[in-house]
Amino acid sequence: MSEEQIKNLEEQFEARIARDEKIEPKDWMPEKYRQTHIRQMSQHAHSEIVGMLPEGNWITRAPSLRRKVALLAKVQDEAGHGLYLYSATETLGISRDEMYEQLHTGKAKYSSIFNYPTVTWADMGAIGWLVDGAAIINQVPLCNTSYGPYARAMIRVCKEESFHQRQGYEIMIKLANGTPEQKEMAQDALNRWWWPSLMMLGPTDAESIHTEQSMKWKLKRKSNDDLRQQFIDQTVPQADLIGLTIPDPDLKWNEERGSYDFGEIDWDEFWQVVKGHGPMNKERMKARVGAWEEGEWVRDAAMAHAEKKQNRKEKEAV
Amino acid sequence: MSTKNWPLWEIFIRSKNGLEHRHSGSLHAADAEMALENARDVYTRRNEGVSIWVVESKNITASNPENNGEMFEPAQDKVYRHPTFYDLPDEVKHM
Repeated sequence: MSEEQIKNLEEQFEARIARDEKIEPKDWMPEKYRQTHIRQMSQHAHSEIVGMLPEGNWITRAPSLRRKVALLAKVQDEAGHGLYLYSATETLGISRDEMYEQLHTGKAKYSSIFNYPTVTWADMGAIGWLVDGAAIINQVPLCNTSYGPYARAMIRVCKEESFHQRQGYEIMIKLANGTPEQKEMAQDALNRWWWPSLMMLGPTDAESIHTEQSMKWKLKRKSNDDLRQQFIDQTVPQADLIGLTIPDPDLKWNEERGSYDFGEIDWDEFWQVVKGHGPMNKERMKARVGAWEEGEWVRDAAMAHAEKKQNRKEKEAV
Repeated sequence: MSTKNWPLWEIFIRSKNGLEHRHSGSLHAADAEMALENARDVYTRRNEGVSIWVVESKNITASNPENNGEMFEPAQDKVYRHPTFYDLPDEVKHM
């Protein structure tokens, strides 16, 4: 194809997206669109899978059967959501094995929030309330993104995840209304998860390199800073309601803006964790790669069993 | 005259981009290409679709309705998979 023809196709393509048309796997798409979607969607899938680890840590130690079944159901959902997203990404021409390889070698990223440890039961509450709260703010606009398979996967994910944040907040309510020690535990979890949750919504607009293109392709509908402000404005009253304090001395309602002003985010910490120097980066990768390697015999056995069944069927047919 | 019957194909149509393919029905055709052409004529005469999938019926493995109990009932008592299971005060917004 000549450069001019490609330019023409690209213009038509951008116009389709501007008209809110969806792009489907067999449609022509610019290579950059394909690559950007592979990167973002696989990163999203990896985050679901690695995201199971911090919470899986507490399943056997949940304080009641009610809490245990809820946490188990949440982690199970995350496995399912990873699978929806990997499958949707495969429609762009990358294989599941390639994606795993990218995750396991550190070439592909996952959400940095999962590189923090879950040291007390209250962390299960804080993750559901804050981490899922921030994730929902990120994910809801994606139900309307331009790539059809991604949008459809996200509609399922958002619908199923609607209980995740509620189960987390319920844990926080119970602890905040419990003994002084329990309340302290809830406050401690909020202290540790608050800032990483704000960072989850991505670098500031000034630092965000992908924003403009992503907006055009509807991979993003609002900028990182706008999403962060939305998260803060909706979360602060939820903390007030249960008597917990947001760990930010500069947090103040701004009457004029109709929003909360908030303190400086430690972006050095964010980049350190992204680059692999967070408290749990090594541990998470070790657990993930370990699960893959130790599961090899199961995958092999399933294939061998399927072949055996097939051979038996063929023999019977003779 | 050949006594071999044309195989049966299941037809899935995407009515517009953004929506999933949905099962529309089935038809007989000698091969996949013919199944696509026939599906166009049988199922999209009034602009019902922008994309067609054809799958030979024998390649579809379906669950047996007799086993519906063991297949689907286990999800019935898992109320904690739904948001309404969790008790939140009425004042909570955006959740």
